[in-house]
Amino acid sequence: MSDATTSVFDQSPEAGFGDYVALLKPRVMSLVVFTALVGLLVAPVAVHPFVVFCSVLFIAIGGGASGALNMWWDADIDAVMKRTQGRPIPAGKVSPSEALGFGLALSGLSVVMLGLAANWFAAGFLAFTIFFYAVVYTMWLKRSTPQNIVIGGAAGAFPPMIGWAVATGGIGIESILMFMLIFMWTPPHFWALALFMKSDYKDAGVPMLTVTHGRKVTRNHILVYTLLLAPFALALGVTSIGGPVYMTAAVILNVLFVKGAIGLWRRDEAMAEADKYRAEKKFFGFSLVYLFAHFTALLAEAGLKSFGMGGW
Amino acid sequence: MAFKEDHELHKRRLGRNIGLGGVLVAFVALVFGLTIVKVSEMGPIVPSQEEVSE
Repeated sequence: MSDATTSVFDQSPEAGFGDYVALLKPRVMSLVVFTALVGLLVAPVAVHPFVVFCSVLFIAIGGGASGALNMWWDADIDAVMKRTQGRPIPAGKVSPSEALGFGLALSGLSVVMLGLAANWFAAGFLAFTIFFYAVVYTMWLKRSTPQNIVIGGAAGAFPPMIGWAVATGGIGIESILMFMLIFMWTPPHFWALALFMKSDYKDAGVPMLTVTHGRKVTRNHILVYTLLLAPFALALGVTSIGGPVYMTAAVILNVLFVKGAIGLWRRDEAMAEADKYRAEKKFFGFSLVYLFAHFTALLAEAGLKSFGMGGW
Repeated sequence: MAFKEDHELHKRRLGRNIGLGGVLVAFVALVFGLTIVKVSEMGPIVPSQEEVSE
């Protein structure tokens, strides 16, 4: 290799294997894996364990692929926001076209493989989810409306429905309610984050509700969505996948979540800044526990059923 | 002729190449496993009466 070529290769930082993994947004992927797995395991149709493993893996890869497409499109705003400056594209480790190719290739691969491993209904659902996240949310809604989080949240809510579709080949009231649980949970979760990450979204020009309508309106919205979320969470408890364990957990979690939302609604900016957004950060942290605990309770019901217990 | 020492670039890419190799091997194992599961779930293929008489 000539010295001239060497100097070209020495110029930019080399992308490692981990940088390609980072393009798949592993933290978001973990939520996708967990909710899809629960959706699959609570379904009334038994699936071979290896097919379960492969299906969840391909759903996760599909979710990761949409994350790579998101990073490709959002590279300009990622470079502005502190939280996202270290991502592979703004860090200069992976080129935008490489991320696009990577995202598209993995999208196609995950959909085809899910179709072959499970069924084509689930595969179509996964394709729609990738399209929804990459095109409807990332390209269309994110920069155009403060309701971006509300509608875009649907993309994150589809995985348990895909998991359910892998087992049953269709949709049920249970899978719709699992979807609604995540769909209604997303806005209070992200708006709580936006309350204490204000400057970042402002700098990037992303029309978060906090930027466009102010923080008081955001606090009102958090409370309204939290109140609207509770009936869906409780309704899931009276379906075929619910039971006393889930219902007990849901009642406790929703009382605490609503209490937290009322607490945020009562606060003003002076109070929040005085304690460095302690309540907002606590509410955001609890929102993660809230979702994880609901799906764990569903899994517990399914586990108990296999021992002749659980359910109503 | 003596082998040339690896360029620093190749050393840097080693991790990436090993990772990709691992992913490809895992993918082959996955497809193989799926094939075994799918084929065993189908059960034995019983020939029809017509096929037997032929």
